[in-house]
Amino acid sequence: MNSQQLKEFARDIRVTTLEAFKTPLFGHIGGAMSICDVLAVLYGSVMRCDPKNPQWAERDKLVLSKGHAGPALYAALCLKGYFPREMLTELNQGGGHLPSHVDRTKTPGIDMTAGSLGQGLSAACGIALGDRLSGFDSRTYCIVGDGELNEGQNWEAIMFAAQYKLGNLTLFVDNNKIQLDGYTNDVMSLGNLKQKLEASGWSVVQIDGHDVAAISDAIKATSGQLPGAVILDTVKGKGVDFVEAAAPNNHHLTFTLAQLDDAIAALNA
Amino acid sequence: MINPIEYKPLQSTKLMREAYCETLISAAEKDERIVVLDADLIGSSGMKPFFKKFPERAIQCGIAEANMLGVAAGLSLTGKIPFAHSFAPFVTRRACDQLFVSGAYAKLNIRVLGSDPGITAAYNGGTHMPFEDMAILRAIPDITLLEPCDPTAVSELTRQLAEDGLYGIYYIRMARKNSAAIYTEGEKFTIGKGKILSEGNDVTLFASGIMVTEALSAAAILASEGISARVVDLFTWKPADAELIKESAAKTRAFVTCENHNIYGGLGSAIAEVTARNCPVPIEFVGVEDRFGQVGQESYLRGEYALTAEHIVSAAKKAIARKA
Repeated sequence: MNSQQLKEFARDIRVTTLEAFKTPLFGHIGGAMSICDVLAVLYGSVMRCDPKNPQWAERDKLVLSKGHAGPALYAALCLKGYFPREMLTELNQGGGHLPSHVDRTKTPGIDMTAGSLGQGLSAACGIALGDRLSGFDSRTYCIVGDGELNEGQNWEAIMFAAQYKLGNLTLFVDNNKIQLDGYTNDVMSLGNLKQKLEASGWSVVQIDGHDVAAISDAIKATSGQLPGAVILDTVKGKGVDFVEAAAPNNHHLTFTLAQLDDAIAALNA
Repeated sequence: MINPIEYKPLQSTKLMREAYCETLISAAEKDERIVVLDADLIGSSGMKPFFKKFPERAIQCGIAEANMLGVAAGLSLTGKIPFAHSFAPFVTRRACDQLFVSGAYAKLNIRVLGSDPGITAAYNGGTHMPFEDMAILRAIPDITLLEPCDPTAVSELTRQLAEDGLYGIYYIRMARKNSAAIYTEGEKFTIGKGKILSEGNDVTLFASGIMVTEALSAAAILASEGISARVVDLFTWKPADAELIKESAAKTRAFVTCENHNIYGGLGSAIAEVTARNCPVPIEFVGVEDRFGQVGQESYLRGEYALTAEHIVSAAKKAIARKA
């Protein structure tokens, strides 16, 4: 996809996520909206994967460590053809395929289970190492939230990836600067994240996380001998006015059908 | 079958950790999917020969057990068969949520070795002395819990975990420096099935790990007093061998459970759960009475926590006296 097509794909992921939210009328909408652009780039042009064969061993893999943003990933996977559109109504429904937090045993195309924050990057390291041992040229991508980086396990994994020179691993930090209880700088500041990752032996760029062309370039720029990190400066709730306006209390919201319809109309305008 | 009158504790020529390492080297020679992870305790786990022989498949994770188990989960996703080791408290207490979410809940395929269980942590003392590791993991679905009692059992169970296509989370609790010899080479083990070591009619002594030799010694003392005890090595704590427990209840009508672990949530609890539901008989629990560990020689700690053959003997007499 070219940049224009990626922008349209990102818009469609947002719209489809909002459609999915029409069933429960509540959910982690802020952190779902902030990652739609990186998901568009990954599934629109970067990742080597096959919706008809989700378990293909040599595919590129994505670990969505901030598992509560599952609805956005479900939308991307649905648009890619991993599962039928009707399944979107199962979001958060008992016995359904789309739990609030991503689960590899429930949803076609989900590569790893996540939800208890801070665990995904370790699994992504294991996948990258395993694929390298198998002689595959596959890449592993991992998306963490900035608030999630409070969890110490991430920093164990950051050291591990550098020690094993996991050049086939790219970490995206959804740097929307807000966590559940408020602004990240007020709850638990990350300090200078770019410098911290660089000092840990990673190749790092920091960009506008809603600029699909910049995201594509950043992935290329950080794919080398060292593990790569792309800090995505994002807006929590991006593209949905009532969610952006609720910041910093927009981690988990309840909403009405009319609010969702208005947001969809605005995105499609 | 061991005749308790003639029972003398024997020593193997190798330690449990040597049996573990040899078996994994042999398995890894045949199967490239075998990978080993450690958290800065290769010197303790005895896995140096493996790390030397297969440097690509030997993953030093540093002192970071949570990350190690997450990496193991990721390796499992790519079809590898990871064996991860640290001291038992660190792979269970410290990395519990990783084993839960990234391992069991995600339905992945990981073998975890926890060494120095209970009093065998000896000189490392209370911080390193897990009386709770099995209880923590027993409450998590889809984790199989094993405590072998000698190097032969370690070899055969490790071989099965490496070579027999088993899938899931397996936790092996191993006294790495133990070299008790209970079995002879070639002995067969079925995960989920206990082993009757000695036959008897008056009481059944269930044990695992380092408590097996104590249970056999207790059976010898009981035999000298005219009491006949069945001794069972219940090396699989979960799933517990319900059939053998029920059959033993019908045959002996009194139980003693023997564990190097807190009596809350451990082997005795697992047996009591089966018994209470199916075949109520008196049970006495030999194990740690809800206390923390402490530093000391293993022999001192055995007395301190009432884990000796003599404690099993008096528990057996109590259980027998309580028979209806």
